Amino acid sequence: MTPADLIVVGAGPAGAAAALAASEAGLQVVLLDEAFAPGGQIYRAPPQPLSVAPTARGADDAAGDALRAAVAASAVVWTGGARVWSISGAFRVDAVTAAGSESFTAPRLVAATGAHERLVPFPGWTTPGVIGLAAATILLKSQGMVPGRRTVVAGCGPLLAAVAAKIVAGGGEVAAVVDLAGPGDWLKALPRMASRPDLLRQGLGWALKLGAARVPVLFRHMVTGVSGGETCETVTVAPVDAEGRLTGGRSRMFDVDALAIGHGLVPGCEIPKLLRAAHRFAPEAGGWTPVRDAFGRCSVAGLYAVGDGAAVAGAEPARLSGCLAGLAAAQDAGRLPADVFAREAGAARAALDKALVFAGAINRLMRARPAMVEAIAAETVICRCEDVRRGEIEAAIAAGAREINQLKHFTRCGMGPCQGRMCGETAATLLARHVGSREAAGYWTGRPPLRPVPLADLLGQFDYADIPVPTPAPL
Amino acid sequence: MTALRMKDTFRRGDAVTLTVEGRCVMAHRGETLAAALLAAGMARLRHSPRDFSPRGAYCFMGVCQECVVRVDGVLRQSCQVPVEDGLVVELKGSL
Repeated sequence: MTPADLIVVGAGPAGAAAALAASEAGLQVVLLDEAFAPGGQIYRAPPQPLSVAPTARGADDAAGDALRAAVAASAVVWTGGARVWSISGAFRVDAVTAAGSESFTAPRLVAATGAHERLVPFPGWTTPGVIGLAAATILLKSQGMVPGRRTVVAGCGPLLAAVAAKIVAGGGEVAAVVDLAGPGDWLKALPRMASRPDLLRQGLGWALKLGAARVPVLFRHMVTGVSGGETCETVTVAPVDAEGRLTGGRSRMFDVDALAIGHGLVPGCEIPKLLRAAHRFAPEAGGWTPVRDAFGRCSVAGLYAVGDGAAVAGAEPARLSGCLAGLAAAQDAGRLPADVFAREAGAARAALDKALVFAGAINRLMRARPAMVEAIAAETVICRCEDVRRGEIEAAIAAGAREINQLKHFTRCGMGPCQGRMCGETAATLLARHVGSREAAGYWTGRPPLRPVPLADLLGQFDYADIPVPTPAPL
Repeated sequence: MTALRMKDTFRRGDAVTLTVEGRCVMAHRGETLAAALLAAGMARLRHSPRDFSPRGAYCFMGVCQECVVRVDGVLRQSCQVPVEDGLVVELKGSL
């Protein structure tokens, strides 16, 4: 059992900033992450000895290295390769690490576990060869691999252009970029995106690269199906309106072996949910978000939620929200004088409000489009783990399921090893059509384990023979 | 689906050899098992337990659990397993 003043779970831009801010204020901080190096998804480092050639390094590589250097130079106790599976009390964190099963305790906890991708199901979406947009960036940035020989890149948001441009740069072929948004939607976003000229320039660079490679860009289109037996062979796309409804226009087919697709991001707030913090449904933040004050304090004393794991806003807002929570934790621990806190947190808060302007424009492009969920066919699988189809979900709702956990009990939707992370948004959107709102539909109750862990890893050397068995009483 | 290793922009670790379904598969230290399998053209990693439909890695970040395979007999998420020389991999999940 390792005691500390603060435990931070997640070492992306948000978690690392929280850990560093609290550590600089004098708190003893433990920073945990499943990955072997800090950086999160955006600054994910290639695992040693794999590395980016010096000539190919970009801005994100430099930012990631700076983050890792800052953590290494600080007093923060970094534990990578840690799979956090349980958090109890106020607070005990149980993780499986290289050292086996480890526990950490602290009176304060920052949840900085990042977002995961939303994907609205379509026929064939479970076919091998269909991967997330974020998955494609992981392959491209941290594994040095192009996902397939020929790829369709589809969905919405800036990751489309980022992934497609990186595939082209990596020597792969992009058959088409299929964007739910139209040129008008992007134009509308431009004025707010201009608040970050550096990011806007990066985006224009991707667009130019795609233009130079003559990659077709299909605006206001979506993927309607993937066919192939064991792996992806053909992707079908068709035109949609602003809300993602099929217009009945001509569909097109692409023979490809890979589809990289994502429909936006959802905050991964399993820790606040597990600890029974209050949440509210906020579509502009990606979905359910923990209720927080301006510094990231949740309704549970000592718990802070930051970054995309609380509200989807991107790397720079994540860093600033992490910094705020780190300062707040230090102040709550009585280690930061009120005037220093007011000065430093005030500056970070002002910077955060400014950074959220850009995030708002991006989130609008990546917003959920419930019409896409309404149009899912009855035979399409919603829950990948348990193979639960839309028809079964509708039948359960007709039979009286009125809340998402009840729906889970009726159908096993969300009961598999991903613990509802892949199907939760879709299932709740389907249920909300019948019960009136996403608030009424609710969210999965947080339960340990946060991630599946092999029982052998928890037991360690403990054996059946080690169980103390009392001597039976004489007859 | 076959992932392609970028040649000029990445430096790779030493070659390692895995045994996948009895076949030898080459990979490089620093790669995850899921990526190495994809580079070897092995996209289908398991079948879903209820429908027995083919599945492969989807999220590559430890969330979706679709890339679970047996590594030296133990169920592991292949996107979270670094390749090592001599790993014995079976392309089947809990079935």
